[in-house]
Amino acid sequence: MDITEYIKLVFTDYTLRTITLGTAILGAVTGMLGSFAVLRKQSLLGDAISHAALPGIAIAFLLTGAKDSNTLLLGALVSGLLGTFWIRGIISKTHLKSDTALGLILSLFFGFGMLLLTFIQKQPNANQAGLDKYLFGQAATLLESDVWMMTIVTSICLFVLLLFWKEFKILLFDADYTKTLGFNTKMIDILITSFIVLAIVLGLQTVGVVLMSAMLLAPAAAARQWTNSLSVMVFLAAIFGAFSGVFGTAISASQNNLSTGPIIVIVASIFVLFSFIFSPSRGLLFKQIRFIKNRRDLQLHKTLAFMYNIVESHENISHPHAIKILNNFQGYTKSTLQKLVSKNYVTLNGGMWSLTEEGFQAASNLYNQQNDNNE
Amino acid sequence: MSSAQIEIQLIASLVAVACAIPGTFLVLRKMAMISDAISHSILPGIVIGFFITQDLNSPLLILLAALTGILTVVLVEYIQKTGLVKEDTAIGLVFPALFSIGVIMIAKNANDVHLDVDAVLLGELAFAPFDRLIVSGVDVGPKSLWIIGSILIITIGLLFSFFKELKVSTFDAGLAASLGFSPVVIHYGLMTVSSVTTVGAFDAVGAILVVALMIAPAATAYLLTNELKRMLIYAICFGVFSAISGYWVAHWLDASIAGSITTMLGLIFLIVYLFAPRKGIIAVLYREKQQRTEVSLLTFLLHLKNHTEERERHVNHLNEHINWQKVRSKTVLDLALKNNMIQLDKNIVSLTEKGEDFTSQAIDYIITNEDTQIEDMKDDFFLFRG
Repeated sequence: MDITEYIKLVFTDYTLRTITLGTAILGAVTGMLGSFAVLRKQSLLGDAISHAALPGIAIAFLLTGAKDSNTLLLGALVSGLLGTFWIRGIISKTHLKSDTALGLILSLFFGFGMLLLTFIQKQPNANQAGLDKYLFGQAATLLESDVWMMTIVTSICLFVLLLFWKEFKILLFDADYTKTLGFNTKMIDILITSFIVLAIVLGLQTVGVVLMSAMLLAPAAAARQWTNSLSVMVFLAAIFGAFSGVFGTAISASQNNLSTGPIIVIVASIFVLFSFIFSPSRGLLFKQIRFIKNRRDLQLHKTLAFMYNIVESHENISHPHAIKILNNFQGYTKSTLQKLVSKNYVTLNGGMWSLTEEGFQAASNLYNQQNDNNE
Repeated sequence: MSSAQIEIQLIASLVAVACAIPGTFLVLRKMAMISDAISHSILPGIVIGFFITQDLNSPLLILLAALTGILTVVLVEYIQKTGLVKEDTAIGLVFPALFSIGVIMIAKNANDVHLDVDAVLLGELAFAPFDRLIVSGVDVGPKSLWIIGSILIITIGLLFSFFKELKVSTFDAGLAASLGFSPVVIHYGLMTVSSVTTVGAFDAVGAILVVALMIAPAATAYLLTNELKRMLIYAICFGVFSAISGYWVAHWLDASIAGSITTMLGLIFLIVYLFAPRKGIIAVLYREKQQRTEVSLLTFLLHLKNHTEERERHVNHLNEHINWQKVRSKTVLDLALKNNMIQLDKNIVSLTEKGEDFTSQAIDYIITNEDTQIEDMKDDFFLFRG
């Protein structure tokens, strides 16, 4: 199946269109809210919440007997929020640290959810099949109504985000200052956390409990590498998330036996890897290049400074010296010497070198600059 | 009880002990979430190991999977060192990626592999007794019992031989380094033990529930004691108790054993979280209320000392001036009376000699910025606490 054919199929085939749209919207909303989770150092909260949502799904099913995804997700939302507030309770009221609280709630809620799920499976009611899709997610089960639901929630998120943009931003970067300005920090905090929980719960059906946290983190972590501005980061994260969804769906649709969730996560991870390496200001590649360039400059300066020391004792600065005397010096290599020549700091004559007027000036300024920097 | 039931309970208890020991140190070192990451990311290791050995219980598979666990730790630390993202984000990025690779590998080879993601993640203890280890024709017991037993023996051996080093490096990494114990070696040693335990336990209780068995008993024990040895013992006891009681709950409900063990752990944690004598939520809330009243009392006494005029010392004035509600004023007034700090004369409050002493000392401490001393002073003066 080639690409144009696939794109045509996306617009004509009902299932594929629904899934593509659904994963794109999901990626966008999780990327958007994930930016806040990453910047608030709550990255693993997503992992804990998504696991904590499992018993909610099971209980909602036990109570209503319905498999309607909205009912089940409502249960997930309640149980996710319960987990979140218990985590906060543990951190603020006991001396257990946040990592312990997260791990506790994650594993305990999940275990309880498993107990309920296996209990439901043993019940005579034959309607229970399909509940375990929430474990790993099944994008194929997305319906148009689910996509509508996602769209509505995303619009609400976007609206609230824009409405309270200033409050969210200031709380993010200076919580104490926000408090002194008279904002109700607790309310803003609860609002943003609740939206993060909401986004996670929305994604459970598509990517599942286990991989949901990556949907939240990866686009935001990738976006963070390209910018230092919050609004750009949120925007970029939404785009990265949406593209992870679209590409992930495309790849899993073109192959047999590939579930969508893990593929989306892999695509998002590739975005992260790419950003880590190739981001111009923070990326590892450019950092390494800058590092090497600095080291070369330093070697060059060291050689020049060494020459300057020798030349200083002579009256004529252009007095030639043997290249041999440079040999035992650390910064000296043939290439640094060549570079100095090309910069017109040094002239070579057979086995001898001599400093030019320009080179002498540069070398003496080099010292001055260094002194300036030290002061 | 049939012999299979006894074997299941034995395996569950051994897993609980084997998890509680590294778990205690993970909780103390604030690395609890690493165990979650390891438990997910061993999946590709298990899958590759399974392709090679075709046996979920082979030692080679355990080794390979444990290596993936250590790879996770190394990757997380590498990403964190680049400074591009924080540690928790690094953890959250690495393990879903590795886990997804594992899931995809299983899915692509679904036809020739008898390996199920559910089985790896959730485990099934009920089947453990059916996989027997047969040595030269003699049935010596279930394989998982032997695997987890040997892991446990190694863990206990390491714990006893390196207890001092572990203790020092957990509580004071700098001191440990200056004493010549390499923190790196101890760190990776602990990570290796955790990985091996996770892998050894996953087919009994499932990868995610290993996390519960590592963190929950240790966290519960940490709410009850501040001493390392006691914490280890408590954690082991909680683990074994939940393992056995969880088995019977599962038996009764006819549900997943691993799930009900975790639920028991959750219940124990909830009870301790609420009722722990010093660090439980009720004790903490009570102490906070007590402290609020005592601070109010101090404010009130300072106010009295400052004012000689009767108008300022009238009972009704408290409500208006210090802006307290009626109930609060009454609590504070009663506390002060009970402690003989004040005397009431026709609704006019004045300090007693003891009250004067207390207040002047308190002022001294406040002026010299030694507010913490007031806490000790309270023991000398107070007959009743707030």
